[in-house]
Amino acid sequence: MKPLRWPCPLAGGGTAEEYALGFDRSRDKRLLICPALFDEANRMRRLTVEVMRRLDGAGIDSFIPDLPGTNESMQALHIQSSDDWRDAMKRAANHFSATHVLGIRGGCLFTPLTIPAWHYAPVKSASLLRQMIRARVLASREAGQEETSEALLETGARDGLELAGHRIGPDLFADLRSLEPSNDGNITQIGQDMIGGSGLWMRAEPGESRDQADALAAVLALGIAQ
Amino acid sequence: MNNETDLLLRAILTDVLGLKPGQTDGFTDETGLFGHLPELDSMAVAGLLTEMEDRLDIVIEDDDIDGEMLEAYGSLLAFAQQKRDGP
Repeated sequence: MKPLRWPCPLAGGGTAEEYALGFDRSRDKRLLICPALFDEANRMRRLTVEVMRRLDGAGIDSFIPDLPGTNESMQALHIQSSDDWRDAMKRAANHFSATHVLGIRGGCLFTPLTIPAWHYAPVKSASLLRQMIRARVLASREAGQEETSEALLETGARDGLELAGHRIGPDLFADLRSLEPSNDGNITQIGQDMIGGSGLWMRAEPGESRDQADALAAVLALGIAQ
Repeated sequence: MNNETDLLLRAILTDVLGLKPGQTDGFTDETGLFGHLPELDSMAVAGLLTEMEDRLDIVIEDDDIDGEMLEAYGSLLAFAQQKRDGP
């Protein structure tokens, strides 16, 4: 596994270098992974990378790019929009010559649909937003401040909002109120019932599961081989 | 109380806290939650409430949430049961 670079398109034109983790042995089968979002990104990271290790063993290259404004990105999160993230994943797919794509949770909202796609436990962005806003209401209440979801939604739409440590700008915030994963016929849905156990995204703390990594890698390897 | 809500709520806590199956069998009404389990911070509680909404088919409003309801297993279960029974 190596850190790789790829040119991410900027909204105003030009590109910025972004990082991706990749297993690249110039093989024919090449999977792009659109990672889970925000705090779920941490909770799903280990499972994701464990799946990549298994795919490497199965003869499949894989790549997990940073969404601009996240992880090692030099860009600011608060200037991103959902179009920026969609364009970024499209460019990453082209750059790495991806033949297939996997979306994980909120990452399913940004999978390019020009290649065969798998969606693992896709989620509506409104659910992610609701949960982060609720966490903020709870944290504020603990600190003796009263905030309401309704007022935070208004503030977010106008000025953006810091949620769970992520400074989300007004454009992305507005988009996150209504994005839904595509139901396109080219997408294979992977439900948690196919993987077994309970989804690691709902864990209070990042966890891991060898069985779930085995199962998810097997589903992907079988599908990609076809 | 060992009804459907009780079983569902134990299953949700098993998933959120990453416990082994059966580990919540020992939870009593007095078992402490928020403020007692370090991993149950505000983000985790938000996740817990979202799972409760999905799996218990209830809607939880901002005003419903208070420290007392989240403090112990018994109070969370009573809240969930009340929500499921409706007004």
